[in-house]
Amino acid sequence: MILDEEHRSFKEKVGRFANKVVAPRAGELDRECEFPWDLVKKMAEWDLLAIFLPKRYGGAGLDTLSYATAVEEIGRVCGSTGIFLAAHSSLGIYPIYIAGNEMQKDKWVVPLARGEKIGSFGLTEPMAGSDASATQTTAKLAGDEYIVNGTKCFITSGEIADIIVFTATKDPSLGYSGISAFVVEKGTPGFSAGKEEDKLGLRGSVTSELIFEECAIPKENLLSKESDGFTIFMETLDSGRISIGALALGIAQGALDASIKFAKSVIKAGKPLYKRQSIQSMIADMATEIEAARLLIYQAAMLKDAGKTFTKEAAMAKYYASTIGMKVTNTAIEIHGILGLSKEYPVERFMRDEKLMEIGEGTSEIQKIVISRKILGK
Amino acid sequence: MNFDLTNDQKMLQREVRSFAETELAPVAPQIDVSGEFPWDNIKKMAKLGLLGIIVPEKYGGSEFDFVSLAVAIEEISRICASTGVIVAVNNSLVSYPILQFGTEEQKEKYLPPLCSADKLGAMGITEPNAGSDVAAMESTAKLEANHYILNGTKRFITNGGEAGIFVVFAYTDKDLKYKGISAFIIERDTPGFTLGKHEELMGIRATANCELIFEDAKIPKENLLGKEGDGFKICMNTLDVSRIDIGAQAVGISQGALEEAIKYSKERKAFGQLISNFEMIQGMLAEMATQIHAARLLVYYAGYCKDKGIPPRFSKEAAMAKYFAANMAVDVTRKAVQIYGGYGYTKDYAVERLYRDAKILELYEGTSEIHKIVIARELLR
Amino acid sequence: MDIIVCIKRVPQTAEAKVEIESSGKDIVKDRLTFDMNESDMYALEEAVLLKEKFGGTIIAISLSCSDAEDTLRIALAKGADTAIRIKAEDFDELDGYKTAQLLSAVIKDIHFDVIFTGCIATDDAYSQIGATLAELLGIPHATLLTNIEVIDSISHVHRELEGGLQEHIEISIPALFTIQTGINVPRYASLIAIRRAAGKEIKLVGQNEISKDQLLLNTQIEELFIPPVAKQVKIITGSPGEVSKELAGIIREKGLI
Repeated sequence: MILDEEHRSFKEKVGRFANKVVAPRAGELDRECEFPWDLVKKMAEWDLLAIFLPKRYGGAGLDTLSYATAVEEIGRVCGSTGIFLAAHSSLGIYPIYIAGNEMQKDKWVVPLARGEKIGSFGLTEPMAGSDASATQTTAKLAGDEYIVNGTKCFITSGEIADIIVFTATKDPSLGYSGISAFVVEKGTPGFSAGKEEDKLGLRGSVTSELIFEECAIPKENLLSKESDGFTIFMETLDSGRISIGALALGIAQGALDASIKFAKSVIKAGKPLYKRQSIQSMIADMATEIEAARLLIYQAAMLKDAGKTFTKEAAMAKYYASTIGMKVTNTAIEIHGILGLSKEYPVERFMRDEKLMEIGEGTSEIQKIVISRKILGK
Repeated sequence: MNFDLTNDQKMLQREVRSFAETELAPVAPQIDVSGEFPWDNIKKMAKLGLLGIIVPEKYGGSEFDFVSLAVAIEEISRICASTGVIVAVNNSLVSYPILQFGTEEQKEKYLPPLCSADKLGAMGITEPNAGSDVAAMESTAKLEANHYILNGTKRFITNGGEAGIFVVFAYTDKDLKYKGISAFIIERDTPGFTLGKHEELMGIRATANCELIFEDAKIPKENLLGKEGDGFKICMNTLDVSRIDIGAQAVGISQGALEEAIKYSKERKAFGQLISNFEMIQGMLAEMATQIHAARLLVYYAGYCKDKGIPPRFSKEAAMAKYFAANMAVDVTRKAVQIYGGYGYTKDYAVERLYRDAKILELYEGTSEIHKIVIARELLR
Repeated sequence: MDIIVCIKRVPQTAEAKVEIESSGKDIVKDRLTFDMNESDMYALEEAVLLKEKFGGTIIAISLSCSDAEDTLRIALAKGADTAIRIKAEDFDELDGYKTAQLLSAVIKDIHFDVIFTGCIATDDAYSQIGATLAELLGIPHATLLTNIEVIDSISHVHRELEGGLQEHIEISIPALFTIQTGINVPRYASLIAIRRAAGKEIKLVGQNEISKDQLLLNTQIEELFIPPVAKQVKIITGSPGEVSKELAGIIREKGLI
């Protein structure tokens, strides 16, 4: 087996949690666009909110591989809960953990890890998606405060988050080199949530605009130094890609499981569906691609855990897992036929949820550019 | 498993790569055209221990594991697919079943010459009317006194024209269906055994692909491999193992094609700039690299399953590795030709050969369709 | 015959893109591959050939970081009996002279008949370790060998000179020789040899064994830089017809029309 005993039993534990606690809520969260506050609390109880974080900051003290398997297992039953977990851990906690000083970590990382506070990450702007150098949000130092103006959009957990890492530039004309990373807390005057997005999928997760209007942020909320923002978010995204890939993988696995169950239970024209070669062929393709995606993600996580460079591998894993994820969830609907479009079955939700994986944290096109740069030595 | 190669695997990789780049590269395009069997290089590789990678030292082998075999086959195939196949067949289709199912006498007699390439190995399963459907074979073997009398024709046999030791399958009892198939070790000079037509192939053209004809061939009784009726089991077991190194061939061929394409994209200009600056080219290269990386991990993983014996049967893992990698290789080499444009269609560049070499991977030792059935069967149990 | 071979692990830069590190004194190494220096491979092979003829032992020595143990293991797989790594991490900045001092500090306590080094390292191209090491050990040396034969403690060697000339000299051993590429055909390690070498221990020598006090550094790198690219010139010769045909081909190939 690819996982050693320790990782396997952890994954199984999270799998049981997902089946027992998360799965029964998944359909409802999607239909009602309900944020799973109850599941956040349960995940905190199960020590799942900061799996890779050292224990002294309130984390579970495990590694990236464990974290990836957990996101996979949650994603297998519920994309919305999965994306919350991935955003909270990889985007909320991780940048403060790698770039924050001890005081900042104690102040923010600890309550995030315990689930007392919700974390989020504001990078994307209306005019700056994958191209973060186009960041327009400004932060100007005035005395002991930074005055922030600008708008962030498509921010996972944005409206409900208590602690938000965001990027802003001291001068938009400076490109990457002007960008710094800050933390803003909910309730800071001048900081508010704008419209909440009505989305295709991941409908149980919150996606909002964040608005800064002459918002004064204490100087000590700067992460690392000024102009370190680019490095911080690149590192954050490298790791984040592993979790998005893991989520894409989990959703795909959910779609395969559902398809196998369906194919074994349905008889069409006197013949069980699963005995048809066309169905077998689809199932074999789905399973093979899922296995390949799983190896890519686990290997990228292992590289990170071993302290090796993993940018290329994480981009490959995220790109591949989301690409095949879309294909697999689409095939899953195909196998279900018209029933696949019904909310009686989870597969249409899986497909809608999966689409974000091709877009979030760098589109597939961006991943390909990252990969090609590495292989072309650029 | 963490996918890192061990010290000895890394050294093996370095040496085989260096050997392939120096010794195989100059002849690879020539033997593709002429179809000449690369005996010189096979002999040199035997000296290095590459013909018996997985065979224990006491039988003249190098005693490495299956991940190492995959690493070696990948490096050889990256430069010359024909040579990769020849070595793979000798290791996993012939040495492996003898090692796994042979008697001590058989191992002592046949493994050393296979490892030293004094006699090369070939395996005969396929027949004119029995490809992936092994049980449809028509060859029969009848025990008469101390000999089995074998009749039948085997087709598309890699190494067939040059081999000295053959593992051949035939029915000893047709009524028992696939449980009546038995395996035999047959020497080239066996009376009644002749070579038939040499196949002109699209790719892997230097592999002495040949028909084997048995007309009342007299096989000594002690050359039965395993027991009577063990043939199907031996065959399936052997194919599981050989799927690992077919996957490795696919990864090697594709890696070679990717490297060629990268090099070319950095030299070739169009519309006033290097084509490596175009996003569509970058996109193709990124897709190729990702596909290869995924296939390599699947192949290593299947090898690892075999080496560790977990799960005890690893048919699904091996089938996934082979099916995925073969599919991937055809796609990746096609993209490589595409990046070369019209030049990729000429014999001036290696990608044309690699594209042809890749196709067989989807066909032999079980077509992709058969692999999908194997995978689905495991999942739908 | 007891032979010592000095081996260096160098980055393979022939086809890689070389970039300068931010310190300006080294190249970026994290995506480069490393392997045994080319002429060192020939030196090692020459040692193995002599050992096959006269018996004895081969010791491979490398002053390098721990990653280079892979390279030393390759030397073991190709015929060296033992390997020593002098821990580069213990001795700060290195130049040719300091490297030779460190090698001599280890070698002076070992019995040897012949020392081989490669004639030049493909990374820094100093070409001075061999000669300096011989001087420090007080033994004769010859550089750029293209042939060597040892008869009764006298080595008959051929040196490659400019203009295709060869020099034949005789040197009594113990002596040091730097080996030119092409002197032999280096062998590949067999898989069995690789498996055996993988398990062998590599002896480590560091600051506990060698005092740092008397080590001298004679040179310091000020700056590494990539020279500006000059414009390319191609002179086409031949008849007017041939010239115009080739020119048209170039223009088409470069995508100018």
